[in-house]
Amino acid sequence: MTLPFYVSPEQLMQDKAEYAKKGIAKGRSIVAIEYRDGVLFVADNPSNSLFKISEIYDNIAFSGAGRYSEFESLRKAGIQHADLKGFMYSREDVTARSLANGYSQTLGTIFSQELKPFEVEILLAQIGERPDQTELYRIAFDGMIVHEKEFVAIGGRSDTVVSALRAAGTEDVPDLKTALTRCMKALETATGQHVSLPALEIALLDRTRTGRKFRRIGAEEAGTLLS
Amino acid sequence: MVNMKSILSQMPVSQCSSFFDFIHHTRPELTPAVRWGNGGHASVSMDEMQRNVLSQLSHGTTVLAVKYEKGVVIVGDRRAIEGYQVASRRMEKVFKTDNHSAIAIAGAAGPCLEMAKLFGIELEHYEKLDGVPLSCEGKANRLGQMVKANLPMVIQGLVVIPLFVGFDVKQQQGRIFKYDVTGGKYEETEYHAVGSGGKDARVTIKERFRKNLSQPEVISLALQALLSAAEEDVGTGGPDLFRGIYPTIKIVDAQGVRDVEDADVASQCDQLARTRSERES
Repeated sequence: MTLPFYVSPEQLMQDKAEYAKKGIAKGRSIVAIEYRDGVLFVADNPSNSLFKISEIYDNIAFSGAGRYSEFESLRKAGIQHADLKGFMYSREDVTARSLANGYSQTLGTIFSQELKPFEVEILLAQIGERPDQTELYRIAFDGMIVHEKEFVAIGGRSDTVVSALRAAGTEDVPDLKTALTRCMKALETATGQHVSLPALEIALLDRTRTGRKFRRIGAEEAGTLLS
Repeated sequence: MVNMKSILSQMPVSQCSSFFDFIHHTRPELTPAVRWGNGGHASVSMDEMQRNVLSQLSHGTTVLAVKYEKGVVIVGDRRAIEGYQVASRRMEKVFKTDNHSAIAIAGAAGPCLEMAKLFGIELEHYEKLDGVPLSCEGKANRLGQMVKANLPMVIQGLVVIPLFVGFDVKQQQGRIFKYDVTGGKYEETEYHAVGSGGKDARVTIKERFRKNLSQPEVISLALQALLSAAEEDVGTGGPDLFRGIYPTIKIVDAQGVRDVEDADVASQCDQLARTRSERES
Protein backbone atom coordinates (compact mmCIF):
# COMPACT_ATOMS: atom_id res chain seq x y z
CA MET A 1 0.00 0.00 0.00
CA THR A 2 1.32 3.43 -0.92
CA LEU A 3 0.90 6.38 1.33
CA PRO A 4 -0.77 9.42 -0.26
CA PHE A 5 1.51 12.41 -0.74
CA TYR A 6 1.30 14.93 2.04
CA VAL A 7 0.92 18.52 0.90
CA SER A 8 0.77 21.20 3.56
CA PRO A 9 -2.39 23.36 3.47
CA GLU A 10 -0.18 26.39 3.13
CA GLN A 11 1.45 25.03 0.01
CA LEU A 12 -1.91 23.97 -1.40
CA MET A 13 -3.44 27.43 -1.01
CA GLN A 14 -0.39 29.09 -2.43
CA ASP A 15 -0.46 26.86 -5.49
CA LYS A 16 -4.14 27.51 -6.03
CA ALA A 17 -3.70 31.25 -5.65
CA GLU A 18 -0.83 31.25 -8.09
CA TYR A 19 -2.86 29.26 -10.59
CA ALA A 20 -5.83 31.64 -10.33
CA LYS A 21 -3.64 34.75 -10.55
CA LYS A 22 -1.94 33.42 -13.67
CA GLY A 23 -5.28 32.83 -15.33
CA ILE A 24 -6.52 36.32 -14.52
CA ALA A 25 -3.28 38.00 -15.55
CA LYS A 26 -3.70 36.59 -19.07
CA GLY A 27 -6.93 38.56 -19.56
CA ARG A 28 -7.51 42.19 -20.42
CA SER A 29 -8.41 44.93 -17.95
CA ILE A 30 -11.74 46.47 -17.02
CA VAL A 31 -12.13 49.77 -15.21
CA ALA A 32 -15.01 51.47 -13.46
CA ILE A 33 -14.88 55.12 -12.48
CA GLU A 34 -17.31 57.46 -10.73
CA TYR A 35 -18.43 60.37 -12.87
CA ARG A 36 -20.84 63.20 -12.13
CA ASP A 37 -24.05 61.28 -12.91
CA GLY A 38 -23.06 57.75 -11.88
CA VAL A 39 -20.49 55.12 -12.75
CA LEU A 40 -18.72 54.57 -16.06
CA PHE A 41 -17.45 51.10 -17.05
CA VAL A 42 -14.82 50.65 -19.73
CA ALA A 43 -13.59 47.20 -20.76
CA ASP A 44 -10.89 46.31 -23.22
CA ASN A 45 -13.08 43.92 -25.21
CA PRO A 46 -12.98 43.60 -29.01
CA SER A 47 -16.10 41.41 -29.12
CA ASN A 48 -19.41 43.21 -29.45
CA SER A 49 -21.54 40.26 -28.45
CA LEU A 50 -19.67 38.50 -25.63
CA PHE A 51 -20.01 41.16 -22.99
CA LYS A 52 -17.91 41.60 -19.86
CA ILE A 53 -20.12 44.32 -18.40
CA SER A 54 -23.72 43.61 -17.59
CA GLU A 55 -26.80 44.90 -15.84
CA ILE A 56 -27.75 43.06 -12.66
CA TYR A 57 -30.60 45.17 -11.33
CA ASP A 58 -32.11 48.66 -11.50
CA ASN A 59 -29.02 50.42 -10.18
CA ILE A 60 -26.44 47.63 -9.99
CA ALA A 61 -23.95 46.61 -12.67
CA PHE A 62 -21.52 43.71 -12.85
CA SER A 63 -18.27 43.18 -14.60
CA GLY A 64 -16.08 40.09 -14.69
CA ALA A 65 -12.49 39.47 -15.76
CA GLY A 66 -10.74 36.16 -16.31
CA ARG A 67 -12.31 32.97 -17.58
CA TYR A 68 -15.51 33.78 -19.49
CA SER A 69 -17.49 30.66 -18.61
CA GLU A 70 -16.82 31.17 -14.91
CA PHE A 71 -17.73 34.84 -14.58
CA GLU A 72 -20.70 34.29 -16.89
CA SER A 73 -22.13 31.70 -14.48
CA LEU A 74 -21.52 34.11 -11.59
CA ARG A 75 -23.24 36.88 -13.54
CA LYS A 76 -26.30 34.71 -14.14
CA ALA A 77 -26.41 33.62 -10.51
CA GLY A 78 -26.23 37.29 -9.52
CA ILE A 79 -29.18 38.23 -11.73
CA GLN A 80 -31.20 35.33 -10.34
CA HIS A 81 -30.28 36.34 -6.78
CA ALA A 82 -31.26 39.96 -7.42
CA ASP A 83 -34.52 39.23 -9.24
CA LEU A 84 -35.57 36.70 -6.62
CA LYS A 85 -34.83 39.11 -3.80
CA GLY A 86 -36.64 41.95 -5.56
CA PHE A 87 -39.64 39.68 -6.12
CA MET A 88 -39.76 38.39 -2.55
CA TYR A 89 -39.17 41.72 -0.82
CA SER A 90 -39.05 44.97 -2.79
CA ARG A 91 -36.95 46.45 -5.57
CA GLU A 92 -35.19 48.83 -3.18
CA ASP A 93 -34.04 45.92 -1.00
CA VAL A 94 -31.71 44.60 -3.68
CA THR A 95 -28.25 45.89 -2.80
CA ALA A 96 -24.76 45.51 -4.20
CA ARG A 97 -23.50 44.87 -0.67
CA SER A 98 -25.56 41.70 -0.27
CA LEU A 99 -24.62 40.57 -3.78
CA ALA A 100 -20.94 41.21 -3.09
CA ASN A 101 -21.25 39.15 0.09
CA GLY A 102 -22.86 36.34 -1.88
CA TYR A 103 -20.09 36.39 -4.48
CA SER A 104 -17.49 36.50 -1.75
CA GLN A 105 -19.01 33.45 -0.03
CA THR A 106 -19.31 31.50 -3.27
CA LEU A 107 -15.79 32.28 -4.49
CA GLY A 108 -14.32 31.64 -1.04
CA THR A 109 -15.97 28.22 -0.81
CA ILE A 110 -14.91 27.27 -4.32
CA PHE A 111 -11.35 28.42 -3.63
CA SER A 112 -10.95 26.38 -0.46
CA GLN A 113 -12.96 23.28 -1.37
CA GLU A 114 -12.61 22.68 -5.09
CA LEU A 115 -9.53 21.32 -6.79
CA LYS A 116 -9.52 24.11 -9.35
CA PRO A 117 -10.26 27.64 -8.13
CA PHE A 118 -12.25 30.11 -10.26
CA GLU A 119 -9.92 32.29 -12.34
CA VAL A 120 -12.06 35.38 -12.07
CA GLU A 121 -12.23 38.83 -10.59
CA ILE A 122 -15.58 40.54 -10.10
CA LEU A 123 -16.46 44.20 -10.01
CA LEU A 124 -19.81 45.37 -8.67
CA ALA A 125 -21.14 48.92 -8.72
CA GLN A 126 -24.27 50.44 -7.31
CA ILE A 127 -25.51 54.01 -7.61
CA GLY A 128 -28.00 55.81 -5.41
CA GLU A 129 -30.01 59.01 -5.63
CA ARG A 130 -27.02 61.07 -4.49
CA PRO A 131 -23.38 60.88 -5.63
CA ASP A 132 -22.18 59.96 -2.12
CA GLN A 133 -24.29 56.78 -2.20
CA THR A 134 -22.18 55.19 -4.93
CA GLU A 135 -20.62 51.85 -3.95
CA LEU A 136 -17.83 50.02 -5.76
CA TYR A 137 -16.77 46.49 -4.80
CA ARG A 138 -13.96 44.32 -6.10
CA ILE A 139 -14.13 40.61 -5.30
CA ALA A 140 -11.01 38.52 -5.86
CA PHE A 141 -10.77 34.84 -6.90
CA ASP A 142 -10.44 33.71 -3.25
CA GLY A 143 -13.49 35.65 -2.09
CA MET A 144 -11.58 38.62 -0.76
CA ILE A 145 -13.82 41.65 -0.98
CA VAL A 146 -12.66 45.27 -1.18
CA HIS A 147 -14.84 48.37 -0.99
CA GLU A 148 -13.26 50.89 -3.37
CA LYS A 149 -13.66 54.65 -3.81
CA GLU A 150 -13.64 56.77 -6.97
CA PHE A 151 -12.34 54.11 -9.34
CA VAL A 152 -11.48 50.42 -9.48
CA ALA A 153 -9.80 48.13 -12.01
CA ILE A 154 -9.81 44.37 -12.42
CA GLY A 155 -8.21 41.85 -14.77
CA GLY A 156 -4.66 41.60 -16.09
CA ARG A 157 -2.45 44.64 -15.37
CA SER A 158 -5.09 46.17 -13.15
CA ASP A 159 -2.34 47.64 -10.92
CA THR A 160 -0.95 49.66 -13.84
CA VAL A 161 -4.44 50.89 -14.71
CA VAL A 162 -5.06 52.00 -11.12
CA SER A 163 -1.77 53.87 -10.84
CA ALA A 164 -2.37 55.55 -14.20
CA LEU A 165 -5.80 56.69 -13.00
CA ARG A 166 -4.35 57.91 -9.72
CA ALA A 167 -1.77 59.93 -11.65
CA ALA A 168 -4.53 61.45 -13.81
CA GLY A 169 -5.85 63.32 -10.79
CA THR A 170 -8.71 62.57 -8.47
CA GLU A 171 -9.35 65.90 -6.79
CA ASP A 172 -12.83 66.29 -8.27
CA VAL A 173 -15.55 64.03 -9.68
CA PRO A 174 -15.06 64.22 -13.46
CA ASP A 175 -17.78 64.68 -16.07
CA LEU A 176 -18.48 61.82 -18.48
CA LYS A 177 -16.11 63.01 -21.20
CA THR A 178 -13.18 63.48 -18.82
CA ALA A 179 -13.89 60.15 -17.12
CA LEU A 180 -13.90 58.30 -20.45
CA THR A 181 -10.71 60.01 -21.58
CA ARG A 182 -8.98 59.11 -18.30
CA CYS A 183 -10.06 55.48 -18.56
CA MET A 184 -8.88 55.17 -22.15
CA LYS A 185 -5.52 56.72 -21.29
CA ALA A 186 -5.14 54.37 -18.32
CA LEU A 187 -5.93 51.34 -20.49
CA GLU A 188 -3.42 52.58 -23.08
CA THR A 189 -0.74 52.86 -20.41
CA ALA A 190 -1.49 49.33 -19.25
CA THR A 191 -1.49 47.70 -22.68
CA GLY A 192 1.22 49.92 -24.13
CA GLN A 193 -0.73 50.31 -27.38
CA HIS A 194 -3.32 52.64 -28.85
CA VAL A 195 -6.88 51.86 -27.73
CA SER A 196 -9.55 52.40 -30.38
CA LEU A 197 -13.23 52.94 -29.55
CA PRO A 198 -14.59 49.91 -31.47
CA ALA A 199 -12.32 47.68 -29.37
CA LEU A 200 -13.87 48.97 -26.15
CA GLU A 201 -17.01 47.94 -24.34
CA ILE A 202 -18.51 50.97 -22.62
CA ALA A 203 -21.50 51.08 -20.28
CA LEU A 204 -23.02 53.44 -17.72
CA LEU A 205 -25.00 53.41 -14.55
CA ASP A 206 -26.71 56.73 -15.14
CA ARG A 207 -28.49 58.41 -12.23
CA THR A 208 -30.46 60.71 -14.55
CA ARG A 209 -32.36 57.79 -16.14
CA THR A 210 -35.72 56.69 -14.78
CA GLY A 211 -36.23 53.04 -13.84
CA ARG A 212 -33.35 50.87 -14.96
CA LYS A 213 -30.16 52.93 -14.83
CA PHE A 214 -27.88 50.68 -16.90
CA ARG A 215 -27.09 51.69 -20.46
CA ARG A 216 -24.53 50.61 -23.06
CA ILE A 217 -22.68 53.18 -25.13
CA GLY A 218 -21.75 52.20 -28.69
CA ALA A 219 -18.54 53.24 -30.41
CA GLU A 220 -20.40 55.85 -32.46
CA GLU A 221 -21.96 57.54 -29.43
CA ALA A 222 -18.64 57.43 -27.58
CA GLY A 223 -17.02 59.10 -30.61
CA THR A 224 -19.49 62.00 -30.53
CA LEU A 225 -19.04 62.26 -26.80
CA LEU A 226 -15.26 62.62 -27.09
CA SER A 227 -15.27 65.03 -30.05
CA MET B 1 -31.77 34.16 2.65
CA VAL B 2 -30.84 33.41 -0.92
CA ASN B 3 -27.85 31.12 -1.06
CA MET B 4 -25.52 31.77 -3.97
CA LYS B 5 -24.00 28.30 -3.85
CA SER B 6 -27.38 26.66 -4.21
CA ILE B 7 -28.18 29.00 -7.07
CA LEU B 8 -24.97 27.98 -8.81
CA SER B 9 -25.82 24.32 -8.41
CA GLN B 10 -29.23 25.05 -9.96
CA MET B 11 -27.72 26.55 -13.08
CA PRO B 12 -28.18 23.59 -15.45
CA VAL B 13 -31.89 23.35 -14.61
CA SER B 14 -32.71 26.96 -15.18
CA GLN B 15 -30.51 27.73 -18.14
CA CYS B 16 -33.54 28.69 -20.22
CA SER B 17 -33.45 32.28 -18.83
CA SER B 18 -36.93 32.09 -17.33
CA PHE B 19 -37.51 33.58 -13.90
CA PHE B 20 -40.81 31.75 -13.56
CA ASP B 21 -39.10 28.37 -14.11
CA PHE B 22 -36.27 29.41 -11.82
CA ILE B 23 -38.51 30.08 -8.83
CA HIS B 24 -40.56 27.01 -9.71
CA HIS B 25 -37.42 24.88 -9.23
CA THR B 26 -35.79 26.71 -6.34
CA ARG B 27 -38.67 28.31 -4.40
CA PRO B 28 -41.87 26.52 -5.45
CA GLU B 29 -43.78 28.05 -2.55
CA LEU B 30 -43.45 31.43 -4.29
CA THR B 31 -45.25 30.36 -7.45
CA PRO B 32 -48.94 31.23 -7.44
CA ALA B 33 -50.30 27.90 -8.74
CA VAL B 34 -48.57 25.83 -6.07
CA ARG B 35 -49.48 28.12 -3.22
CA TRP B 36 -53.14 28.60 -4.07
CA GLY B 37 -53.95 25.62 -6.19
CA ASN B 38 -53.21 22.64 -3.96
CA GLY B 39 -49.78 21.95 -5.41
CA GLY B 40 -51.12 21.53 -8.90
CA HIS B 41 -53.57 18.79 -7.89
CA ALA B 42 -56.67 20.90 -7.85
CA SER B 43 -59.86 19.46 -6.52
CA VAL B 44 -63.21 20.86 -7.60
CA SER B 45 -64.95 20.01 -4.34
CA MET B 46 -64.95 23.13 -2.22
CA ASP B 47 -66.64 23.54 1.09
CA GLU B 48 -68.98 26.39 1.84
CA MET B 49 -66.34 28.46 3.57
CA GLN B 50 -64.10 28.47 0.55
CA ARG B 51 -67.04 29.50 -1.61
CA ASN B 52 -67.75 32.42 0.67
CA VAL B 53 -64.15 33.52 0.62
CA LEU B 54 -64.04 33.38 -3.14
CA SER B 55 -67.23 35.37 -3.58
CA GLN B 56 -65.57 38.15 -1.57
CA LEU B 57 -62.51 38.37 -3.78
CA SER B 58 -62.09 41.46 -5.91
CA HIS B 59 -62.97 41.12 -9.56
CA GLY B 60 -64.99 42.88 -12.23
CA THR B 61 -63.15 45.10 -14.64
CA THR B 62 -63.03 46.47 -18.12
CA VAL B 63 -59.70 46.65 -19.88
CA LEU B 64 -59.36 47.21 -23.59
CA ALA B 65 -56.80 47.74 -26.32
CA VAL B 66 -57.24 49.42 -29.70
CA LYS B 67 -54.77 49.74 -32.55
CA TYR B 68 -54.09 53.09 -34.20
CA GLU B 69 -51.80 54.33 -36.97
CA LYS B 70 -48.58 54.17 -34.95
CA GLY B 71 -49.20 51.43 -32.39
CA VAL B 72 -51.72 50.44 -29.74
CA VAL B 73 -53.44 52.11 -26.81
CA ILE B 74 -54.34 50.08 -23.76
CA VAL B 75 -56.89 51.32 -21.27
CA GLY B 76 -58.22 50.10 -17.95
CA ASP B 77 -60.77 51.31 -15.40
CA ARG B 78 -59.79 51.77 -11.76
CA ARG B 79 -62.53 50.01 -9.79
CA ALA B 80 -62.14 46.81 -7.77
CA ILE B 81 -65.19 45.20 -6.19
CA GLU B 82 -65.80 42.69 -3.42
CA GLY B 83 -69.27 41.25 -3.78
CA TYR B 84 -71.56 44.31 -4.01
CA GLN B 85 -69.03 46.64 -2.40
CA VAL B 86 -66.43 48.86 -4.02
CA ALA B 87 -63.11 47.55 -2.69
CA SER B 88 -60.89 50.13 -4.34
CA ARG B 89 -61.35 53.20 -6.53
CA ARG B 90 -57.73 53.61 -7.48
CA MET B 91 -56.60 50.18 -8.56
CA GLU B 92 -54.16 50.04 -11.44
CA LYS B 93 -54.91 47.29 -13.92
CA VAL B 94 -52.62 48.31 -16.77
CA PHE B 95 -48.88 47.76 -16.36
CA LYS B 96 -45.86 48.50 -18.45
CA THR B 97 -43.97 45.21 -18.66
CA ASP B 98 -40.92 46.34 -20.64
CA ASN B 99 -39.91 49.03 -23.12
CA HIS B 100 -42.25 47.83 -25.86
CA SER B 101 -45.07 46.01 -24.13
CA ALA B 102 -47.84 46.40 -21.59
CA ILE B 103 -50.34 44.11 -19.97
CA ALA B 104 -53.84 44.65 -18.60
CA ILE B 105 -55.50 42.06 -16.42
CA ALA B 106 -59.07 41.13 -15.56
CA GLY B 107 -60.05 38.70 -12.83
CA ALA B 108 -59.37 38.12 -9.13
CA ALA B 109 -57.32 41.12 -7.95
CA GLY B 110 -54.57 39.42 -5.93
CA PRO B 111 -53.54 36.79 -8.46
CA CYS B 112 -53.91 39.37 -11.25
CA LEU B 113 -51.46 41.80 -9.67
CA GLU B 114 -49.08 38.97 -8.95
CA MET B 115 -49.15 37.71 -12.52
CA ALA B 116 -48.52 41.21 -13.90
CA LYS B 117 -45.56 41.63 -11.54
CA LEU B 118 -44.17 38.19 -12.30
CA PHE B 119 -44.53 38.71 -16.05
CA GLY B 120 -42.66 42.02 -15.87
CA ILE B 121 -39.81 40.38 -13.97
CA GLU B 122 -39.87 37.46 -16.41
CA LEU B 123 -39.26 39.77 -19.38
CA GLU B 124 -36.58 41.79 -17.59
CA HIS B 125 -34.86 38.61 -16.36
CA TYR B 126 -34.69 37.19 -19.87
CA GLU B 127 -33.38 40.46 -21.26
CA LYS B 128 -30.63 40.68 -18.65
CA LEU B 129 -29.54 37.03 -18.91
CA ASP B 130 -29.58 36.81 -22.69
CA GLY B 131 -28.54 40.38 -23.43
CA VAL B 132 -31.43 40.93 -25.88
CA PRO B 133 -35.15 41.42 -25.24
CA LEU B 134 -37.62 38.69 -26.21
CA SER B 135 -39.46 39.07 -29.52
CA CYS B 136 -43.06 40.30 -29.35
CA GLU B 137 -44.33 36.83 -30.28
CA GLY B 138 -42.03 35.30 -27.66
CA LYS B 139 -43.42 37.51 -24.92
CA ALA B 140 -47.00 36.67 -25.91
CA ASN B 141 -46.27 32.92 -25.88
CA ARG B 142 -44.54 33.13 -22.53
CA LEU B 143 -47.57 34.87 -21.03
CA GLY B 144 -49.77 32.08 -22.41
CA GLN B 145 -47.66 29.50 -20.59
CA MET B 146 -47.96 31.49 -17.37
CA VAL B 147 -51.75 31.67 -17.72
CA LYS B 148 -51.77 27.93 -18.33
CA ALA B 149 -49.74 27.33 -15.17
CA ASN B 150 -52.48 29.22 -13.35
CA LEU B 151 -55.14 26.63 -14.32
CA PRO B 152 -55.34 24.94 -10.89
CA MET B 153 -56.31 28.31 -9.43
CA VAL B 154 -58.92 28.85 -12.11
CA ILE B 155 -60.66 25.64 -11.05
CA GLN B 156 -60.85 27.13 -7.57
CA GLY B 157 -62.44 30.24 -9.01
CA LEU B 158 -59.41 32.54 -9.13
CA VAL B 159 -59.55 33.48 -12.78
CA VAL B 160 -56.83 35.63 -14.34
CA ILE B 161 -57.38 36.80 -17.91
CA PRO B 162 -54.70 39.06 -19.36
CA LEU B 163 -54.75 41.28 -22.40
CA PHE B 164 -51.29 41.75 -23.84
CA VAL B 165 -50.17 44.50 -26.21
CA GLY B 166 -46.75 45.01 -27.68
CA PHE B 167 -45.00 46.93 -30.37
CA ASP B 168 -43.33 44.43 -32.68
CA VAL B 169 -40.01 46.05 -33.54
CA LYS B 170 -39.40 43.66 -36.43
CA GLN B 171 -42.82 44.09 -38.06
CA GLN B 172 -42.98 47.77 -37.03
CA GLN B 173 -46.58 47.54 -35.84
CA GLY B 174 -48.59 47.27 -32.65
CA ARG B 175 -50.07 43.87 -31.79
CA ILE B 176 -52.84 42.71 -29.45
CA PHE B 177 -53.12 39.25 -27.88
CA LYS B 178 -55.99 37.85 -25.86
CA TYR B 179 -56.01 34.67 -23.79
CA ASP B 180 -58.42 32.10 -22.42
CA VAL B 181 -58.12 30.43 -19.00
CA THR B 182 -56.24 27.43 -20.45
CA GLY B 183 -53.48 29.69 -21.75
CA GLY B 184 -54.74 29.70 -25.32
CA LYS B 185 -53.33 32.72 -27.14
CA TYR B 186 -55.27 34.50 -29.87
CA GLU B 187 -54.07 37.50 -31.80
CA GLU B 188 -56.59 40.28 -32.48
CA THR B 189 -56.09 42.40 -35.57
CA GLU B 190 -57.90 45.60 -34.55
CA TYR B 191 -59.13 45.80 -30.96
CA HIS B 192 -60.26 43.75 -28.00
CA ALA B 193 -61.75 44.22 -24.52
CA VAL B 194 -61.93 41.80 -21.58
CA GLY B 195 -63.46 41.81 -18.11
CA SER B 196 -67.02 41.97 -16.85
CA GLY B 197 -67.72 45.05 -19.00
CA GLY B 198 -65.70 43.77 -21.93
CA LYS B 199 -68.69 42.99 -24.11
CA ASP B 200 -70.17 46.49 -23.77
CA ALA B 201 -66.82 48.03 -24.58
CA ARG B 202 -66.36 45.80 -27.62
CA VAL B 203 -69.79 46.74 -28.99
CA THR B 204 -68.99 50.45 -28.68
CA ILE B 205 -65.62 50.07 -30.37
CA LYS B 206 -67.11 47.91 -33.14
CA GLU B 207 -69.57 50.69 -34.06
CA ARG B 208 -66.91 53.36 -34.43
CA PHE B 209 -63.63 51.66 -35.24
CA ARG B 210 -61.79 52.26 -38.48
CA LYS B 211 -58.23 51.57 -39.54
CA ASN B 212 -55.40 54.09 -38.99
CA LEU B 213 -57.05 56.24 -36.36
CA SER B 214 -54.94 59.13 -35.13
CA GLN B 215 -53.75 59.17 -31.52
CA PRO B 216 -56.37 61.68 -30.20
CA GLU B 217 -59.10 59.78 -32.08
CA VAL B 218 -58.11 56.43 -30.64
CA ILE B 219 -57.92 57.81 -27.10
CA SER B 220 -61.38 59.32 -27.46
CA LEU B 221 -62.76 56.03 -28.86
CA ALA B 222 -61.20 54.00 -26.05
CA LEU B 223 -62.66 56.34 -23.43
CA GLN B 224 -66.12 56.18 -25.02
CA ALA B 225 -65.94 52.40 -24.91
CA LEU B 226 -64.88 52.44 -21.27
CA LEU B 227 -67.67 54.88 -20.38
CA SER B 228 -70.35 52.70 -21.95
CA ALA B 229 -68.92 49.68 -20.12
CA ALA B 230 -69.02 51.67 -16.86
CA GLU B 231 -72.66 52.58 -17.53
CA GLU B 232 -73.76 48.99 -18.11
CA ASP B 233 -71.52 47.03 -15.72
CA VAL B 234 -71.36 47.50 -11.93
CA GLY B 235 -67.86 46.06 -11.81
CA THR B 236 -66.47 48.83 -13.99
CA GLY B 237 -65.78 52.33 -12.72
CA GLY B 238 -66.08 55.43 -14.90
CA PRO B 239 -64.07 58.61 -14.32
CA ASP B 240 -64.45 59.77 -10.69
CA LEU B 241 -64.85 63.52 -11.03
CA PHE B 242 -65.10 64.20 -7.28
CA ARG B 243 -61.78 62.61 -6.45
CA GLY B 244 -60.10 63.18 -9.78
CA ILE B 245 -59.54 59.50 -10.53
CA TYR B 246 -59.40 58.73 -14.24
CA PRO B 247 -58.92 55.55 -16.26
CA THR B 248 -55.34 54.47 -16.95
CA ILE B 249 -54.31 54.98 -20.57
CA LYS B 250 -50.98 53.81 -21.94
CA ILE B 251 -49.67 54.26 -25.46
CA VAL B 252 -47.40 51.58 -26.90
CA ASP B 253 -45.53 52.49 -30.07
CA ALA B 254 -42.05 52.58 -31.62
CA GLN B 255 -40.92 55.14 -29.01
CA GLY B 256 -41.86 52.83 -26.15
CA VAL B 257 -44.59 52.79 -23.53
CA ARG B 258 -45.89 56.03 -22.04
CA ASP B 259 -48.82 57.20 -19.93
CA VAL B 260 -51.39 59.69 -21.09
CA GLU B 261 -51.38 62.38 -18.40
CA ASP B 262 -54.37 62.57 -16.05
CA ALA B 263 -55.00 66.17 -17.12
CA ASP B 264 -55.39 65.08 -20.77
CA VAL B 265 -57.66 62.20 -19.81
CA ALA B 266 -59.71 64.61 -17.67
CA SER B 267 -60.23 67.08 -20.52
CA GLN B 268 -61.15 64.23 -22.90
CA CYS B 269 -63.68 62.98 -20.35
CA ASP B 270 -65.14 66.49 -20.00
CA GLN B 271 -65.42 66.74 -23.76
CA LEU B 272 -67.23 63.41 -23.96
CA ALA B 273 -69.59 64.36 -21.13
CA ARG B 274 -70.45 67.65 -22.87
CA THR B 275 -71.26 66.03 -26.22
CA ARG B 276 -73.28 63.46 -24.39
CA SER B 277 -75.35 65.95 -22.40
CA GLU B 278 -75.96 68.08 -25.52
CA ARG B 279 -77.28 65.00 -27.28
CA GLU B 280 -79.57 64.03 -24.45
CA SER B 281 -81.00 67.44 -23.53
